[in-house]
Amino acid sequence: MKVLMFGWEFPPHIAGGLGTACYGLTRGLAKNDVEVIFTVPKAYGDEDQRFTHIVNASDVELSVCGELSTSIEEREFWDKMTFIHIDSNMVPYISPEEFEVEQNEYKSRVERNEIEYGDSDVWKERYSFSGKYGANLMEEVARYAIIGAQVAKENEGKFDVIHAHDWLTYYAGIAAKRVSGKPLVVHMHATEYDRSGENVNQVVYDIERSGMAAADKVIAVSNLTRKIVIEKYNIHPDKVVTVHNAVRFADGGKVFESRGITDKIVTFLGRITYQKGPDYFVEAAAKVLQKVPNVHFVMAGSGDLFTHVVKRVAKLGIADRFHFTGFLKGDEVHRMFDMSDVYVMPSVSEPFGISPLEAMKSNVPVIISKQSGVAEVLEYALKVDYWDVDAMADAIYGLIEYPALSKMFSDKGLKEVTNLKWDKAAKEVKDVYESVIK
Amino acid sequence: MKTVCFYFQVHQPLRLKKYRFFSIGKDHNYLDEPLNRSIVNGIATRCYLPMNNLFLELINAHKGALKISFSISGIAIEQFKMYAPQVLDSFKALAKTGCVEFLAETYSHSLSSLINTEEFTSDVKRHCDLIEQEFGQKPISFRNTELIYSDSIGEEIAKMGFKSVIAEGAKHILGWKSPNYVYASAKSQKLRLLLRNYKLSDDISFRFSNREWSEWPLTADVYANWITSETTPGEVINLFMNYEAFGEHHSVDTGIFEFMKALMNNLAVCDSIKLLTVSEAAAQNKPVAVLHSPHAMSWTDEERDITAWLGNELQSEAFSKLYKLNDSVKSLNDETFNYKWRLMQSSDHFFYMATKWLSDGNVHSYFNPYDSAYEAFIIYMNVLSDFELELNKAIENKNNKTIE
Repeated sequence: MKVLMFGWEFPPHIAGGLGTACYGLTRGLAKNDVEVIFTVPKAYGDEDQRFTHIVNASDVELSVCGELSTSIEEREFWDKMTFIHIDSNMVPYISPEEFEVEQNEYKSRVERNEIEYGDSDVWKERYSFSGKYGANLMEEVARYAIIGAQVAKENEGKFDVIHAHDWLTYYAGIAAKRVSGKPLVVHMHATEYDRSGENVNQVVYDIERSGMAAADKVIAVSNLTRKIVIEKYNIHPDKVVTVHNAVRFADGGKVFESRGITDKIVTFLGRITYQKGPDYFVEAAAKVLQKVPNVHFVMAGSGDLFTHVVKRVAKLGIADRFHFTGFLKGDEVHRMFDMSDVYVMPSVSEPFGISPLEAMKSNVPVIISKQSGVAEVLEYALKVDYWDVDAMADAIYGLIEYPALSKMFSDKGLKEVTNLKWDKAAKEVKDVYESVIK
Repeated sequence: MKTVCFYFQVHQPLRLKKYRFFSIGKDHNYLDEPLNRSIVNGIATRCYLPMNNLFLELINAHKGALKISFSISGIAIEQFKMYAPQVLDSFKALAKTGCVEFLAETYSHSLSSLINTEEFTSDVKRHCDLIEQEFGQKPISFRNTELIYSDSIGEEIAKMGFKSVIAEGAKHILGWKSPNYVYASAKSQKLRLLLRNYKLSDDISFRFSNREWSEWPLTADVYANWITSETTPGEVINLFMNYEAFGEHHSVDTGIFEFMKALMNNLAVCDSIKLLTVSEAAAQNKPVAVLHSPHAMSWTDEERDITAWLGNELQSEAFSKLYKLNDSVKSLNDETFNYKWRLMQSSDHFFYMATKWLSDGNVHSYFNPYDSAYEAFIIYMNVLSDFELELNKAIENKNNKTIE
């Protein structure tokens, strides 16, 4: 079986959870004998060759994943992958409004010679075309759709099903379906309601809805997301299937230097935005510190609520126990998990939420909000309502004060998370493919 | 005969490096040494050395008719010793002329007068010792950090034995009164107050190079005329400014050095003007009235209050967490910890956390190493956390030893 997949990022060029999920999923599909043609917008290269160029995965990605690619299993995986890079400056995880702001900011920084085109940072790379194609995100979406049709045409007969990840790629998926007549599966990793609360961007909502309407099946990353899809987008329940994400264990975890703080460390790691619930974490921290003064809380990440949270922490008078690291990248994330004694994800709305799984991999007991998709698959995680700061403070207190409790959660949690394999999730995705291929 | 009193403030903080959370408990060196070194060396070349040379020449030429005053924070003197000893030497040369007074202030350029009298007193004592050691003068006049002054602070200053103190000629304190007289402090009336004439001071230190200013280009003759003429009545004209105004705020090509040279020459030979040090000016003029200042004032910003350092919740939090450690630091009394405790007290750290100008977090200040007030706050608190952890460890070790 072959699938034409539309994504927007793939390791090593990832900015967030979607790339990681796509990577895990395609690996899992390879094990299930599904071949993938992966189409991904890519921000560098010369814009005059803006059309697709097909790159064999072994040419590009093997050099990056060099040390991983030696085993037979790895080679088999990469043999089943074909890469198509499309030049585009699409960026996942931000709204059209934010896109415009970032775009302008980037342009002015380039003008001021603070950064150069093609700076090594992924985010910046993605902007490096800015100004040449127009800064309008919707134009990019439309352009990606045209290219999607082109890709489908050029690869005619080489795939049996089309799979599109999140709204930016839905038009491309629909276009490919029209050109090829092959069935379309769309994958909802997040809905506009998760990103924007009740203030949805109507254009984004419409694209999500038309993508799901045109699709033969919709995959939701959790029952929570499935429910939103059915209730808010009026998609027929029979058409929506939940496939929970999984987590991949990278080989040979790095060993980090010892930590400097012997006191307990409680961590929040994520964007500091409304939907991640940073405020609740701060309030819970203040409550814990009233009982146990020698606990350190860390908020790792950046976002639009950053200054608000810093002020609140100062106001509560806990700034000597509450630290901000700013945005962490790559190894720093693992280092942060490595240093943590408790991980808290107080999301107000989280379609899935891969970060608690990453924490559990590092033997860190986790507290997650009941309003997260990942709560559906985890047993060894303390679950609280995101707004219930008393319960959250209780849970934190329990995990730092009672070693037996935290030992149980970290041991059993590690075992549990080890069993959340992409092979299994990919099998479920393959079942979805089979159900739509006539 | 009018007295003109020139006083210059010299201070550079020990700036913290970008100390991250991951360093807490591991890295106990908080300073951005390359940055501090390059800033001090830069200002030394552009300002301190050429200006000191200029004053030395002028003082020698006028043989006692030209007197000026300085205060140099302890932390600035430390940095001169480390990075630019020739600057300290040139101040010493000025001290030897007998025409230059060095005032007392807080060693660490701190805000301790606002929160902890004991710490304030001992920090001033430390500074006096340093000044005596370096310049061979025992200070008798006082200048608080950023000219922060209130009746209660005046009382403490008098208790320490100072005869006079300098303060801002703030409108909200003076009302209809003129800054150009000597006043008496309200709670300790023996303490004499010299008040800054902010209009005439800022004409030199802020406006001199401003081409939008109606008086630009200002010449020494015009300025001297303002001082001597009837438009400036009074007995003592106090021109207090940051020393970095010369060569730093106004670069050399604005003509600021030529201006100062001409102005000093002009005033030194003027029959109706005496150029005196702060202590002389205070001693030779009788107080005309008692001046009340129930709330702390300073020479900073339009408001002339303390909100540049303690105006928002970030600053209050950092300030209260810093002084919460006072008792522990005192009980340990270890020179390494005392040293770090002092450098953490510099008012500059709190100034960098200010959000009162323009938009949130947009700090406008010379030599400010941070992108935003929030960054300044986070780094400061990280450093403070490490300091506290180390302090507690050291106290525990000390206690264990005593038990053994």
